[in-house]
This record gives sequence, structure tokens and C-alpha cells, in this order.
Amino acid sequence: MSIAKSINDAVARKEHPRLNRYKETLLYAKYVIFHPFDGFWDLVHEKRGSLAAAHTFVVLFLLTYVLKLMYTSFQFITANIQYINIYERWASLLLPFLILCIANWSLSTLFDGKGHFKDIYMAMSYALVPYIIIQLPLILVSNILAFDEGSFYTVLMSVSEIWCLFLAFVGLMEVHDYGPGKTLISIVATIFGAMVIIFLLLVFFSLLSDAFGYFASMYREIVFRLS
Amino acid sequence: MKINVRLLVLLAALIILMPMADAYAAEDGFTSTYTYNYDYWGDIRESPDAYRVSDVIYSSTLGLEKAMRSPKSLFVRDQDLYIVDTGNNRILQLTKIGTHFEMVREIDHVTIGADQMEAFKAQSDLLKNEDGSDYTDENGSFYLKPPLGSSADRGPMVLTADGVTYFNNPNDVSVDPDGRIYVADRDNNRVIVMDKDLNYLQMLTKPTDSTFDQNQSFLPNKLVVDTSGRIFVLASNINKGLAKFEADGSFTGFIGANTVTYNLWDYIWKSYFMTKEQRSQQAAFVPTEYQNIYIDKEGFIYATNISFSEYDLLWDNAKPIRRLNAVGSDILIKNDRYPPIGDLQWVEGSSDHGASKLYDITVLDNDMYVVIDQTRGRVFGYDPQGIMLWAFGTSGVPAEGAFTRAVSIEHIDKDLIVLDELNSTVTVFTPTEYGNLIYQASEQYLLGDYDGSAQTWEKVLQLNANYNLAFIGIGRSKMRTEQYKEAMDLFKMAHDRTNYGRAFRYYRKVWVEQNIWWVVVIIAALVVFFFVRKTIRKMKWEVAAYEHSKVHK
Repeated sequence: MSIAKSINDAVARKEHPRLNRYKETLLYAKYVIFHPFDGFWDLVHEKRGSLAAAHTFVVLFLLTYVLKLMYTSFQFITANIQYINIYERWASLLLPFLILCIANWSLSTLFDGKGHFKDIYMAMSYALVPYIIIQLPLILVSNILAFDEGSFYTVLMSVSEIWCLFLAFVGLMEVHDYGPGKTLISIVATIFGAMVIIFLLLVFFSLLSDAFGYFASMYREIVFRLS
Repeated sequence: MKINVRLLVLLAALIILMPMADAYAAEDGFTSTYTYNYDYWGDIRESPDAYRVSDVIYSSTLGLEKAMRSPKSLFVRDQDLYIVDTGNNRILQLTKIGTHFEMVREIDHVTIGADQMEAFKAQSDLLKNEDGSDYTDENGSFYLKPPLGSSADRGPMVLTADGVTYFNNPNDVSVDPDGRIYVADRDNNRVIVMDKDLNYLQMLTKPTDSTFDQNQSFLPNKLVVDTSGRIFVLASNINKGLAKFEADGSFTGFIGANTVTYNLWDYIWKSYFMTKEQRSQQAAFVPTEYQNIYIDKEGFIYATNISFSEYDLLWDNAKPIRRLNAVGSDILIKNDRYPPIGDLQWVEGSSDHGASKLYDITVLDNDMYVVIDQTRGRVFGYDPQGIMLWAFGTSGVPAEGAFTRAVSIEHIDKDLIVLDELNSTVTVFTPTEYGNLIYQASEQYLLGDYDGSAQTWEKVLQLNANYNLAFIGIGRSKMRTEQYKEAMDLFKMAHDRTNYGRAFRYYRKVWVEQNIWWVVVIIAALVVFFFVRKTIRKMKWEVAAYEHSKVHK
């Protein structure tokens, strides 16, 4: 039987080598979340992860978030569904995520980090996996729990969040080959860097709109003079 | 062209809707409503009027020679309404006959019997001549010492030669069931007690107790009297809470002090970053004073408080409404999502923005309490659980039911009486059918008539389909009759998690009991399936292994 399976697998690999790689990198998340130190190292240094899988996790994370808002029992969530704009919520999750990744990457030179932007993004995406695998079933669970059993829900909720944060921490550590202390400092610096990026973006857009307004008014003036 | 079509549609809609608006106005006499409530999300939901103006009392309707001038307080004993006409140093006693109020008398003096004269003089802080005898003017009247920090050579006249003492800036009045009248006579620095024929009984003056700051004048602002005759006085300059006097007039300390509120940031900023000069100019961390007090029929004191930062309100640190027990701790029940703080939306950017300033409170006989807000001239009703029943009122516009500076609220039965200091008017509100139904449903529930309560709530829902308490009330009744699914839907409508959770537990239990057999069947089937599959695989493997071994032989 095992022989037949291995032949089967070999055939499959030849037929869909990319699909199989995708499947393997996707399933590798299971190893990462339970063995983060080993897992994150191999993820980037042994090429056990893939960008496609990382994108998948980000998309799943965003989907989970929306499903949570929509289908969690109202006993456990306060969401005025009438006034929620999904795109706005997604942007408010995705933009900080990306800005933090960019800030961390920008500072990696300063901190002697080994990771490339791709590695950082991949590690951060794999760190989102506990959120998905805990909160997705939790949506169903919330609908069979009564309000006074809510502690069960909140505990699992916190577990998923703490797990994610821990994975992100370890992920950065392994990607950049830092010690824990240096990781902590680099995280503080990253948050500061993210603020700087946001500030620069604001300044940029405000200048852009000013410049645009200048040319627009110049155009209007010329048209007015010519006519 | 497009716009024209839209306009036409709009006009058509208006024409169709017009008769409906007329019908509404005709049926109920009002074209607009100014009553509202807050929904679960803190948004304003307009509602039918819970109260309407039934009477407005002006100085002219009472036939007063001297018009009321900045009246400060109201008090109700049975059917009698007392208005403290502060600006004219008198108290007006009115009585309710039928639906309107009639003047009974003006109270502006207290007669002191000859036998009490010496005691009265001794207790008053009289102005003395240099030789130690009491100072008198040409008419033989006695005067108080000038107020602390004042440069005047004498204080207010406090006693005439024939033993009559007048009020000087009275701020509050209270009347006990026996008819004894208590007046917070502010600028005479005393609380004076008289019988119903205005004969002097006793007087409360500045306590000589060391807990009372002797450098401060005793300026009583508000007072309440409990059933055993204890007097609780709210005085200016005192931030230790309410001064408590026993029935015999002896001072026995303070109760219910506000706790000092400051945050860590303020503390650090003040302690380490301010110069000494800056610090001395800033207010110290002192507890705030209460604004007004009311004693309910059980003897608990309700107090309101208007000096707080708006930030504290949001986190319920300010506690603008409190219910104080005998030792002075706050025991107000707050079971709603939002604490009782008046308006939840503070109309940023307009002239009357900011949090509600709750100037006075009154507690109805059914334990509902009503507060009045001066920021926007609004009245808020709460049930004993701290859930807002309704809110109405407006300020600024010269109309019945609008206030310019509402300072006091009282009630007779379920009628609310509001005093406006600036307009010198007293407005009487009577509950509408809607308002009465809300009270009735709550009272029925408290009495244990749950089904009757649910039926009344149904009627409330017909008048206002946005009323959360009605959904909860009906839901509770459904739960009692084991209609759990319906109860859940109703509780969900009202966002009542606790009750929903309770109903859901029962619903789940029933569901499991009814569906347990096929759940068990499915689980059993799954177990059997996996077992069979495993066995078949094992057999196949054995066969394969056997075949394999034959090949290699």
C-alpha cells in the first residue's frame, strides 16, 4: 500500500509540481505554529514556506474577521452590523500589517537583520494562522454557548491573540537571527518607524493634493485668460 | 430634467402623506414630538411623548403682587407645592386643587416666642458692641456679624425688636409629615425650623465641631429631612459630603463624601512638572460638592453632582447620580449598557454642547427617578435598574415645556413639576397614555403580575416599536410560558444578553432532549464506519503482504 501511495505521489508531483509545493507550504503552517523556533527558521532559511501560502493566510485572516463580525452570536460581540464598512475594516487591518512589515524591513539594516521583505511578510502571515484556526470554529461555538458560559469563549479568544503575538515575536527573531532582547528593541523601533511612515504618507498626500490644486487652478486661470 | 422628475415624485409623496400627518395631529393634538430615548448603540430614537405640559404657573396666574425672582427650589408634601422664591426672600405655598394649583400663603418670616428669644440670640452669631452687649439699630433690630471676608460693618438683620426673623436668600425648603417647615436660610447662615403656624422651633447654625472648617461660613444650600427628623444639609464650601444633624439639632458629622478623582497623569504632571506658583494657582485635588439632594420614601438620599470632567462620565467614574445609604456609599443600581448620566450624545459644536448637568432629582413612589439637566433643558426618567425610560425637553425657545434655566424638579403622584429660575415659571407635566403604560407595566412586574405586565408592554410596543424594555418585558413572560425561541428573539431585539443567555440555555436543553436520538445514531454510525474501514484496510494490507511474500519466494 505504501508503495502504491508513493508512486501515486510521484505521479502527482510531476503533474502538478507547483500545486504540490503550495499544498506543502500551506500544511507546513501546522509545524510552524507548534514548533515556532524551528519552524520559522526553516520557513525562510530552508524555503519551506511560500508567498502563495502567506497570501492565503492573510486572505483567510481577513475573511475570518468578517465572518466573525457577521455570525458570532450577539451575546459575545458588539458590532453594529448596519454601520460596518467591510473595506474600511479590512484596510484598518491590512494597512497597519503592511506598514509594520515595511517599517521592520526598513529598520533591519540598522539592526543587522538577516531577513528580506519577503521573509518578514511570510513570517508575519504564518503568525496569523492561530487566529484563523481558533476563531473560525469559535464562530460556530459562540452560537451554542449561553451568555454565562462566555468565559470559555473569551479565554479561547485571548489564547488565539496571545498565540499570534508570540508567533510574530518568534518569527521576527528567527527571520533576522536576533536574540529576544534585540527583537524587543527592534519591535519598539518598528512601531516608531510605522508612525514615521504614516506621518510621511500624510505629508505626501497633503502635498500632492496641494500640488494638484495648484496645477488645476493654473489650468483654470489659463483657460479663463484665453477665452 | 432628472431633478424635475425627482421633485415631482417628492411632491407626490408629500401630497399622499399630508392627510396622514393631519390625521396624526388631529388625533393627538400635537404635530411634533420632542421625546426620545437612546437605543442600544447610543443613537437617539424619537418616541411618542411620555409627558405633556398640563399647566404652567406664572407669577401672574398666582396673582402675586411681587413677581417671583430667581426662585431656586421646589418641595412637595402631599398635595402642597412649596416654591422657594429666593430673590424675594419668601416661600410660596401652593396647593393642588383638581388639576391646577392655587395660592395658599406666603411664608417670609418666623415668629420667635418670648421664652425662646434668649436662646435664639445666643445661638445666632450676633454683632456685638464694643462693650459686649448686642448691637441694635434705631428700631431695636439685631444684626449678624458681617460675613467672613467682607468689609461691610454689619451683616444682615436677623431679628426685629418684636421677635420676628426674616429669611435672607433662602435656598431650599423641606416640610415633614407633621407640617414642620425647614428652611435653608443661606445668607443668615442657618437652617431654621418652624411649626406649621410659623412659630420658631429650633435652628441649626455653624457646627462648632472640629471637623467643620471654622474659617468658612455656614452657607446651607439644600436640605432633606428623613422620617426620624434627621436633617441632611448640603452647604457651599463643604466638600466632605452632607452635614448630618440629629432631630435635636446637634451636628453628628458628614456622610457621603465624594471621593477625590484624579488620574495618574494629572498627579505626575502636578507633582513633577509644575512650578510652585503654577501649583498654587491650580485647584487642589478636592472632592467635588453635590449639586442637589432628594430623600426617597425608604430614607435613601439621592444626590446629583455636576462638577466632573466629561472623560470621567464615559467610564462611569463621575457618577452624576448617586443613591446614598446610611453610611454614605453609593448603591445606585446600574444595569444598562450606559450608566445614568443624562444625554449620551453631547451635540458637539452647538452652543449648548457638553454633558448633561443634572441639577435636581426626584424619586417617584414607584422608585423611578427623574433628573433635570440644565445644559439642554431636558428631563430624563430612569427605572430602578438604571435604564432610561424616556427623555424630553428642550431649552432656549420661548415655549411651554422648554426651559431656560431649569433648577428644580418635584413630583405629585406621577406629575412632574419643573422650576425655571430665569423665567420664574413652574411647569407641570402630566404623563400621556404612553408614559402611564410604561409605569404601569413596570409596577405590574414589580408586584409579580408578570402576564399583566407583558400585556401592558404589548400596548407600549404598539405606541413605540423601538422600546427595549417592552421587548424584555414580553420576553420574560414568554420565557415563563416556556416559549424559549420567541423569548430569545425578543431578547435579541433588545440586545439583552443575560436574558437571552438564560432563554437560550433552556432552548438548548429542549433541543438536545428532542434531538438526542439522531445525534447518537450519527455518532454511532460514524464510529462503525471508521471501524469497518480500518478493518477492511487491514485485511487488504494483509492480502497485499501475502501476495508480495509469494513474489519474492
